Amino acid sequence: MNTSVLEASSTGTSALEAARLMLARDIRLALRKRGQLVQPLAFFAIVTTLFPLGISPELSRLRDVAPGVLWVAALLSSLLALEFLFRDDAQDGTLEQHVLSGQSLTWLLFAKTVAHWLLTGLPLAVMAPLAALSLGVPAAALSGIVVSVAIGSVALSLIGSIGAALTLGVKRSGALLSLLTLPLSMPVLIFGARATDLAIKGAGFAPPLYLLGALAVLGITLAPLAAAAAVRISLE
Amino acid sequence: MPERRLQAENLHLWRGDRHVLRGVKFCVNSGECLQITGGNGAGKTSLLRTLSGLMYPEEGTISWCGDNIRRDLAAFHADLAYIGHEPPLKPDLTAQENLRYWEGVRRKFATHEMNNELGRLGADQWANRPVRTLSAGQKRRVALAGLLLMAAPLWLLDEPTTNLDAAGQRLVGTLIEEHLGRGGLVVAAIHHELTVSAAAIRRLELSSK
Repeated sequence: MNTSVLEASSTGTSALEAARLMLARDIRLALRKRGQLVQPLAFFAIVTTLFPLGISPELSRLRDVAPGVLWVAALLSSLLALEFLFRDDAQDGTLEQHVLSGQSLTWLLFAKTVAHWLLTGLPLAVMAPLAALSLGVPAAALSGIVVSVAIGSVALSLIGSIGAALTLGVKRSGALLSLLTLPLSMPVLIFGARATDLAIKGAGFAPPLYLLGALAVLGITLAPLAAAAAVRISLE
Repeated sequence: MPERRLQAENLHLWRGDRHVLRGVKFCVNSGECLQITGGNGAGKTSLLRTLSGLMYPEEGTISWCGDNIRRDLAAFHADLAYIGHEPPLKPDLTAQENLRYWEGVRRKFATHEMNNELGRLGADQWANRPVRTLSAGQKRRVALAGLLLMAAPLWLLDEPTTNLDAAGQRLVGTLIEEHLGRGGLVVAAIHHELTVSAAAIRRLELSSK
């Protein structure tokens, strides 16, 4: 390293490039820890499969409860993966380095949340039709279910990122994370289940979908800022 | 390189009911190293974390080049390289991947630059191995390569020689000396004597009462 390099420290990576690197790193890490990646999906599959066993194999009854079952399962599966969102980085000291990187922590955490959605929310949306079919949902409703779960899971990841950041300094934070995140996720559950219900009945499901979209946009706007503030507090 | 200065004035820090830092004050200029000593629990790590801006002191100010660091924390962090107790490395990534992401977030650098620094630290032989397969000393060497790659004028080092063999400890002394020679500043919590010229080194003893 020479003097010119030492002096060049202020001409660093752009915030967008830093966020891209963070996204790439988290995806690479997740692909190397497949067990952690599969866990929420397996949970989603098991929960949605257990319901027909517990209620009734009668398809008309299952169809009635399908929206609730799908969304509660999606919510809990998303929650399962949230615990790992910042915890590993906090434990190995890399989160500290992100705070000290001179980059916008908001952007970096947003990138981490996007990676979380790509690795849990999006696969859940892809898997939802299979679970829906097992609950007797007509094939015509599947596209609506995929779209609603995809958009809703964006909001769930963002809401969850705030909870994950707030509980960073807490040992065995799973229960606390659930207590913080679940009440905030209720609007997503309500509008998501409504959109799914309307899709199953063959009615127009755009209005609840718009509301889900609005929640996702609100999350994109505010959640990374809140998560960044919470991370700073948790690391102190 | 422009003249730089890190100054702490009357720092008081509480952790719960424990008064960890009691009116700590010092000034470090370009080309100087402040060696922080003190027993276990004396507050060395807390002081370094406070200086880095990770912790907020209840009282007192820290200024960098004359400006309070809180005024523009991002700019201060761009000038700062902090290595804590544990090397900040992801166990499932290789040493090279770790540096590419960790350092890439801060600044752009060429692969050969990274390989040069890894080679300098003797870490090039295991640069393609997942970090979880490395020994504690090897991880420390990778982290020190990251420190060089940061190209930051201010180094805050918490026990940088932990887990290093005798040659590694001497190398840390050499790296610090070279950094000071380029006009850099170092604040390090370190127990053993550094191989740095006495004129460049100053000491701050923290008591653990």
